[in-house]
Amino acid sequence: MALVLILAGVGLLTALNIGVALGRFDQYLLGVMTMAAINVILTASLNLINGFTGQFSIGHAGFMAIGAYTAAMLSLFAHWPFWLVLLAGAAAAGAAGLLIGLPTLRLRGDYLAIATLGFGEIIRVVILNIPVTGGPRGLPGIPNLTNFFVAEGVMVVTLVFIYNLVNSSHGRAFLAVREDEIAAETMGINTTAYKVIAFSIGAGFAGLAGSLFAHHLMFINPASFSFMKSIEILVMLVLGGLGSLTGSVVAAVGLTFLPEYLRQFSDYRMVLYSALLIVMMLTRPQGLFGKKELTDLLHFEGRGGLGHSRDQKLD
Amino acid sequence: MAILEIKSLTKVFGGLTALSGVNIEVGEGELIGLIGPNGAGKTTVFNLLTGIYAATSGEILLNGRPLNGLKPYQITRRGIARTFQNIRLFNELSVLDNVRIAYHRHVKSSMLASVLRLPGFSREERELKAKALELLEIFHLTGRKDQLARNLSYGEQRRLEIVRALATGPQLLLLDEPAAGMNPQETNELVQLVRWLRERFGLTIILIEHDMGLVMQLCERIYVLDYGLVIAEGAPETIKRDPRVIQAYLGEEAS
Repeated sequence: MALVLILAGVGLLTALNIGVALGRFDQYLLGVMTMAAINVILTASLNLINGFTGQFSIGHAGFMAIGAYTAAMLSLFAHWPFWLVLLAGAAAAGAAGLLIGLPTLRLRGDYLAIATLGFGEIIRVVILNIPVTGGPRGLPGIPNLTNFFVAEGVMVVTLVFIYNLVNSSHGRAFLAVREDEIAAETMGINTTAYKVIAFSIGAGFAGLAGSLFAHHLMFINPASFSFMKSIEILVMLVLGGLGSLTGSVVAAVGLTFLPEYLRQFSDYRMVLYSALLIVMMLTRPQGLFGKKELTDLLHFEGRGGLGHSRDQKLD
Repeated sequence: MAILEIKSLTKVFGGLTALSGVNIEVGEGELIGLIGPNGAGKTTVFNLLTGIYAATSGEILLNGRPLNGLKPYQITRRGIARTFQNIRLFNELSVLDNVRIAYHRHVKSSMLASVLRLPGFSREERELKAKALELLEIFHLTGRKDQLARNLSYGEQRRLEIVRALATGPQLLLLDEPAAGMNPQETNELVQLVRWLRERFGLTIILIEHDMGLVMQLCERIYVLDYGLVIAEGAPETIKRDPRVIQAYLGEEAS
């Protein structure tokens, strides 16, 4: 059963990629698929902070902005190669995460949420007001280097990175911090360090997503990274399930396609979108996947993975 | 030689003096009881020993080295482990994961090695799992390894807390009311278990307990706290007859 489903999944992905390679998808659909991959990176990276480490951060668009602007400016003004630009975008956002994480992660719960929200806005307002970023007019003419394959590849690397990290001793330290900070500390875990590391890695991947985003849309301005973008990522995360990477993938892809599909209802589009979100949250408040992964659902006996160490009972 | 020396330890919360000038000395391999009425400051001693609170004044020495100013995780690495009066397991994680987390300080694989799944990482994960299962086996929890900690019975949760504390590899084990909520039979088993633990793991143990029968049976030396002061110290028989202890527990004799 498990094998069949995995094969079906791999088959579907292969078919999708062959379809793209043969040019069977139009430009519009390809664009939405690329955005879906970028949103998966954003949601999975926020999951590392909010879902696995339990630190409620809602300023993710700020880190995405740092990555996007760093990458765009390096491409436009310094003409660095694309792969280096992507790494630089991720590194800049990761460093910003480190700087912002050190003071704010002393706060808990609502207070941390408000502080991260504030920092997200500060980043946006700074970009809005310094000349080198083009201010409110944004940065046009960024080379179109992000195609579907690039976005998809970076997405897979991100998911493998986070999955492997979470399923290790270090990952269990993140989970311990989420469950009970005092107990985690008593078990010999430097909780402050782990919170800052999770925050910085999460921010780094958001920056990576931002770099892809800039080279996909070819134009960025501060409005792309507003508070609403942070909320959009948070909605994807909560809908998929805090602590489930499978949930992040499904919800990010679903919620990227849903508004596009709803375009046919024109004026009622956002009403329907919101109504669907409310219905889903009412019927499944723990998110589509709760804390479970695909491997848990399939009773997949992985090697040392969360698969068999977690409760096997489905709820 | 004393493994633990507490010298005139004082802790003040706002206007409340929780501990004032407490002196405790514990020799290697001793089994010490810490008793006293509710609010006497027993758990505060544990919280200061494990670095959860910072002392207002006074000194704590472990193997002659001061612990003041260290964070709880650093103190764990020095070799002090504890259980909590109000059980603090990682509820949404499996029993096995609860124990594996406690081995944290012995983990050598770097974060990068874990992400890249280098060969050393897989070997260490296998060894870690084997060690955790071995410890669970001793405490008859192997059958529950895949359960979430919150689904264990009360007695099992108390046992898992002890397993987790042992996994950190301590010299000094602090047990905060290990028999709370246990029936007489379970309490009896606990007495056997604590004695056996000390032999098997070469531990020094301090335990806080309200069950006088258990303390008198188990501990070689007892410290009695009342209103933040050590009012008596000595062997169980001496403590039982000490008028100050009787007064603290039963109140002033009517004259």
